Amino acid sequence: MTATTDSAALRARPLDRRRWHLSEQAQTILLLLPSILALAVFIYVFISFTFWVSLSNWRTLKIDLTLREPLFATYAEMFAMARWQADLRNTFVFTIFFIAFAVTLGLTLAILLDRHLAGHNVFRNIFLFPYALSFVVTGVVWRWIFNPETGLNLLFEVLGINYLLTQAGMAPLKPGWITDPTVVAEVNGILAAVLPGVDAWQVKWGIPLAMIPVAIAATWQLSGFVMALYVGGMATISDEVREAARIDGASEFQVYRKVIIPMLRPVTISVVVILLHVSLKIFDLVYTMAGVGPGFATDVPAIFVFEQMFKATRYNLGSAAAIIMLVLVALVIVPYLASTLREDS
Amino acid sequence: MTTAALSQPQPRRRPRHWGTYAVWIVMFLMAIVFLMPVYVMVANGLKDAQSVSLQRMWLPPAQLSTDNGFAGAWQRLQPNMMNSLLMVIPATILSSLIGAINGYLFAKWKFRGSDIVFTLMLFGFFIPYQSVLLPLVRTLQILGVYGTIPGLVLVHVIYGIPITTLIFRNYFAGVPTELMDAARVDGAGLITTFTRVMLPLSIPAFVVVGIFQFTNIWNDFLFGVTVVPNPAAQPVTIALNNLSGTFSVEWNVVMAGAVLAALPTAIIYILLGRFFIRGILAGSVKG
Repeated sequence: MTATTDSAALRARPLDRRRWHLSEQAQTILLLLPSILALAVFIYVFISFTFWVSLSNWRTLKIDLTLREPLFATYAEMFAMARWQADLRNTFVFTIFFIAFAVTLGLTLAILLDRHLAGHNVFRNIFLFPYALSFVVTGVVWRWIFNPETGLNLLFEVLGINYLLTQAGMAPLKPGWITDPTVVAEVNGILAAVLPGVDAWQVKWGIPLAMIPVAIAATWQLSGFVMALYVGGMATISDEVREAARIDGASEFQVYRKVIIPMLRPVTISVVVILLHVSLKIFDLVYTMAGVGPGFATDVPAIFVFEQMFKATRYNLGSAAAIIMLVLVALVIVPYLASTLREDS
Repeated sequence: MTTAALSQPQPRRRPRHWGTYAVWIVMFLMAIVFLMPVYVMVANGLKDAQSVSLQRMWLPPAQLSTDNGFAGAWQRLQPNMMNSLLMVIPATILSSLIGAINGYLFAKWKFRGSDIVFTLMLFGFFIPYQSVLLPLVRTLQILGVYGTIPGLVLVHVIYGIPITTLIFRNYFAGVPTELMDAARVDGAGLITTFTRVMLPLSIPAFVVVGIFQFTNIWNDFLFGVTVVPNPAAQPVTIALNNLSGTFSVEWNVVMAGAVLAALPTAIIYILLGRFFIRGILAGSVKG
């Protein structure tokens, strides 16, 4: 019993009273096995199944897993759809506005809090509060705030902004917000000069104005999260660093611009990666706040998947869109996880 | 304005001058903007059906009557609030326990390739769940739990494993291995070391993971709307969306409904905000 020659076991349990036992490595793997198997099936097998469906003929309630000819025909069909083209444009525009707003605001709030003025804990808790809420709650409330008949437009009216504008001979401020189908800053013409195939595009590539209110609502919800990550990062930078910079004659603004913000680079990378994967997957907020919008002005890939799969029963089309979403997220996440793994080992 | 305020040189114990006040005023104004939607929800929820209107959206309720939006919202959402509770409590407990064991093993019993296995698991936290929904629904149908709260519990437990494992792994990695060695000299095995030494130490991690999972699962919309088609069995987030999409319903009821759906996570946030922030830092992979 105790006279085992297995050195690992000897080191591990010198006083073992049991006659027989599994090696601890075997126990580890055995205990992890249920989780590993569950995730292998619910993630990797399921993704493979979805990929297969995206290549198949299945687009009615009756299951049909025969492969569609030619291979990837469903993908070709999808990329030719005006709606899918609008979805890609909308995600792109939303991502840029949302990340720009949320990072700028979150970092600003963190810097303001970093001065530890009276009540800074209360302010921090207020700024982070929306993060505790559901995207559905955010969508339901902001949908009313951006309702052109009331909400902010009513505020412009009541505060006399529109009175001043009309007195000055200008049009009153009454944007359509999430109901506005306009796409501004169209770039199809410019792109057509550089890229082949742009003429075949069915949508205007530019900024769909209805997407901006959605980005603002998402910023309300997530800038506190960004702030919390930056506050956590700033807490690890010692006061000596700031003092040294000040002794070198840096102004308070330069201390942040030249010293603190560069030192927070790892936090910024985490923030951008997390926000990117949130924005590529965004569903509940857009679905409850704006829906697909006029002329698909606020449609996003996640809504496309949901409607093709669960409303229209075009399973191969919905699956193809889901796989493209996965690829986009993987392009962001896989390098991030790989670098984390490399740092660990 | 902020940059002007920040460009004032500030010693650590800084005297109060206009720069300090400017920062404080900016934070105060930001706080008003951040609380504005909360005000809209609560103020309009408290109005009765006659006094809620598009024109009076920003005004506080003129009088408080028992006929306010909360009465109607509670009547409509109460069964779904119950569904959400029955889903979130078992799912949070189970996924925390599984995460604790996994995290302990990945932190303290590394084997060849354990980091790669862990990373492959963690990838599951980031995937768009749209890419698994179709086979997921089929599987739940085969298991006989499609459209039920136990089905949702199963889904949230499985897809919660990556993040709960991550947070516990990072937590246990910070626990000195010497503590384990003492127990192991006394003959404790892998599991006994966990239950006798690590588990009692891990209460803070359980609070962090518990809050993180409670918030995530309560706030979920995608799984609820795809896995449970029957409105009576749906969690509250889906019921709130249905309520908001119904034109016959008054705005005061919708706003009160939003407050009700937000209440459990808001209460947890207000009471346990400190742990909430720790969860955010722990859940952001690198921390």
